[in-house]
Amino acid sequence: MELVTPGIGLIFWQTVTFIIVLFLLSKFAWKPIMNALHDREASIEKALSAAEKAKLEMQGLKAENEKLLAEARMERDKILKEASDAGNALIESAKQKANEEGGRMITQAREAIENEKRAAITEVKNMAAVLSVDIAERILRKELSNPQAQQELAKDYIKEVTLN
Amino acid sequence: MKKLFILLFSFLTISAYAEAPVEGGEFKPGDMITHHIADDYIWHFADGVTLYLPVILVDNGQFNVFSSSNFYDENHELVPYGGYVVSHGHIYRADASGQPSADQSSLLDFSITKNVASLFVSVALLFFVFFTIAGAYKKNPGKAPKGIQSFFEPIIIFIRDEIAKANIGPKYERYMPYLLTVFFFIWFNNLLGLMPGGANLTGNIAVTLVLATLTLLITVFSGNKSYWAHIFATPGVPKWLAPIMIPVELIGILTKPFSLMVRLFANITAGHIIILSLFSLIFIFQSVAVGPLSVAFATFMNFLELFVALLQAYIFTLLSAMYFGGAVEEHDHVGDMGHGDGAHH
Repeated sequence: MELVTPGIGLIFWQTVTFIIVLFLLSKFAWKPIMNALHDREASIEKALSAAEKAKLEMQGLKAENEKLLAEARMERDKILKEASDAGNALIESAKQKANEEGGRMITQAREAIENEKRAAITEVKNMAAVLSVDIAERILRKELSNPQAQQELAKDYIKEVTLN
Repeated sequence: MKKLFILLFSFLTISAYAEAPVEGGEFKPGDMITHHIADDYIWHFADGVTLYLPVILVDNGQFNVFSSSNFYDENHELVPYGGYVVSHGHIYRADASGQPSADQSSLLDFSITKNVASLFVSVALLFFVFFTIAGAYKKNPGKAPKGIQSFFEPIIIFIRDEIAKANIGPKYERYMPYLLTVFFFIWFNNLLGLMPGGANLTGNIAVTLVLATLTLLITVFSGNKSYWAHIFATPGVPKWLAPIMIPVELIGILTKPFSLMVRLFANITAGHIIILSLFSLIFIFQSVAVGPLSVAFATFMNFLELFVALLQAYIFTLLSAMYFGGAVEEHDHVGDMGHGDGAHH
């Protein structure tokens, strides 16, 4: 019975002391501790959400970069294609031009050759004529002592030449 | 520092209770145990090391303060002093023959007993520890905890998240100071009670009575409309049952803190009794052979008591939080048959 009979003295001291402890600890210990914990948790929360946001932003940037890269790649391909088309066209036109030029030059050369040939033939003919005349003259000088026969023969030759 | 604590705990605790009052006659374990777990006017640490505490009496409105050493003669025997006598651990008015007289009306005893002195020591310790921790938080705001701060921080967070938030709900914050104070008060005093020469403060019914009463008062004063509605008009119960229901509910208000009071008192006192009984075996059998066995069991019990010290602090705090939670909860009356305590989680 002794054990379960609360003494007035201890009840008094326990009540007074506990209430003082409760008050002082609340004011000078629990309040700053709880506030500090709360602040720290809030700052951690903030840091985490900021990191999450940064991650999302990074992802956005990455996607943007990817898009830009893809666009750049497409642009490059387009430019390359255009350039190669242009090059091909240039080559094609150059070839054509060269072919035309070549054809023209061949034609010209042919014409020139023809002309030269004709001139050469003419010259050969003339040379042959002169030579024949020379030869004939030498033969005739010996054969024709008479000037009249000479003249008549010359006339015949000339006629023949002009007819030709 | 840590090693010192372990040393203190490990062997001084054991030797503490080994002091046996075998004064001349037969050894009475019952008397020895009762003496150890009861309050006293002196603080006896070891033979020859005794602190005489002040006696404060209010006799018919008259203050009477003197040292308790006056009650002891040179042989450490109790003697009457100034018209008072100590008998079975209490101060009474003495009659001419030095025995407690028949008239004990309006004699109030506010002495600084061993328990009160121990209470002051625990308070000093609480202040020292938690002001230091609060200082550490102010000094390093937003930083990771260090030293003693990092030991207590998880406990404080546990009380906040697992006890207060989980059982009280969104209004938990205003109950935090009480829950934290009560938890650390009980835990520290439970541990101090296990220390050599420590007082059995949390195993004293007066202390647990005050703590339980505070929980009761806080519960009653924070009770909202639905809390009182559950008591005076329990939803789902026919009106004609009210004459039975209302008294039952009113008794229910009181039984909750009553269970808190008895639970803490009984657990702590029982632990002390078991350890003391184990040591008494040595003196009962008067055999050296029993010694090691007794010490082994007592050591085991001591470790168990260290755990119980924490567990009881936790249970008291948890149940208090549940009662507060029941008082501030906003009930959705439909389907709730008005089970008050513990039905919501």
